[in-house]
Amino acid sequence: MVIKLNPGAVITTPGNSVENKTGGWRSLRPVWDKKKCTQCMICWTYCPDISIPQKDGKRLETDFDFCKGCGICKQVCPFHAIIMEKEKK
Amino acid sequence: MKKVTEASQAVAEAVRLCRPGVIPVYPITPQTHIPERIADFVNNGEFDCELIYMESEHSAISAAIGSSAGGARTYTATASQGLALMHEILHIVSGMRLPVVMNVANRALSAPINIWNDHQDSISARDTGWIQLYVESSQEALDTTIMAFRIAEDKNVMLPIMVCLDGFTLSHVYEPIDIPDQKKVDNFLPKFTPLFKLDPKAPVTMGPVGFPDTFMDFKKQQQDAFDASLNIIKKTNSGFKKDFERSYGDGLVEGYMLDDADYVFVGMGTICGTARVVIDTMRKKGNKVGMLKLKCFRPFPEKEIIDSLSKAKAVAVFDRAVSFGHKGPVFSEIASAFCQAGKRPVLHSFIAGLGGRDVTLDHIEGAFSRIKKEKLPVSEWLM
Repeated sequence: MVIKLNPGAVITTPGNSVENKTGGWRSLRPVWDKKKCTQCMICWTYCPDISIPQKDGKRLETDFDFCKGCGICKQVCPFHAIIMEKEKK
Repeated sequence: MKKVTEASQAVAEAVRLCRPGVIPVYPITPQTHIPERIADFVNNGEFDCELIYMESEHSAISAAIGSSAGGARTYTATASQGLALMHEILHIVSGMRLPVVMNVANRALSAPINIWNDHQDSISARDTGWIQLYVESSQEALDTTIMAFRIAEDKNVMLPIMVCLDGFTLSHVYEPIDIPDQKKVDNFLPKFTPLFKLDPKAPVTMGPVGFPDTFMDFKKQQQDAFDASLNIIKKTNSGFKKDFERSYGDGLVEGYMLDDADYVFVGMGTICGTARVVIDTMRKKGNKVGMLKLKCFRPFPEKEIIDSLSKAKAVAVFDRAVSFGHKGPVFSEIASAFCQAGKRPVLHSFIAGLGGRDVTLDHIEGAFSRIKKEKLPVSEWLM
């Protein structure tokens, strides 16, 4: 991505943070067990980075372009459907 | 219009003539007469402006960011502890390239608490990315405040400016001044057109994170703007001379009896007025003495200083501030400027007038006699 360096660091194309993939910061990776998941959506509510997408009231696979591996989803899941594994990349 | 008034009121007149849209301000001695007079103007319907009384200087300068980012010409004023409280936000104003203009009524910093004049407050804000201009008289305070808006808002500059005037020694001293016509000021100072502004119809992001891959580039842009500002300050000074028939040296430095001077006084602010008197008296007795008034401290006019002082035998730099553990800040920078110069005078450092202590004719005459005799550099506090 080419960034235009306006004086004062003004960004004239707001909302462009989707182009800046930040998932590379992750050292732990949430692994989602679909069988244990009851679709209670607590993880979706708590994810601070909107990295758990949803469709028709059901969560989908974590968006690894932005998930930073904070582990909050694992912490709040009442059904132990998420475990954190060491990122291998 | 001619009027006898104090520098604070002269500055308030200048601010009114420059028509800022927003003035967030918090009172502190000895700056108070500036916002008081501005409040009079607003209250009397002579000045249409959003004057906001803030709860602290930290808030005042933060509000200045908001209004300048929103596209309004923005002004504020402070002094001493107030400027110190603003410190973290000063960096943000300059980093966001917002051309806010602020008067600083120079006052000592606590402790012990002291309300009188020295330059420790603005000198301590040296590296915040603000242009710093120092003035000697009420007229210069008025004129420089008008010039400051034009310099700050120049598209090649876009940097905030502190116009520093000595607390009490100037801020509360009555002098005859000339207040320019509104029409002439409107002609000299075009309407403020920001590079970017906060506008819900055309949204932009201001103040984002700067990662290591971009942060340094933005800092380099600030430095380049400072380099460019040297010439723009000079051009604004000569433009002012054309329109108002007054100017101050080349806008950066001003010489007095300098051309054939062997011994030169260097200082900033009202102390230069005292030095003029000493120089006049000593000249009558045949002493080749002169003065270099440093009007612009940031950007530091290195070339102009070297050109002005290289013919002298010795120079006495007077600082009304100190870098503890080292020397006078102005002295250090002049010494650093001469480091690479071929021919240089002997440079002497004098610390004087801290916390409102009088700097007398005798102090300056004594310094001249001292540097005439001494072969080696002197570093002295004039107690």
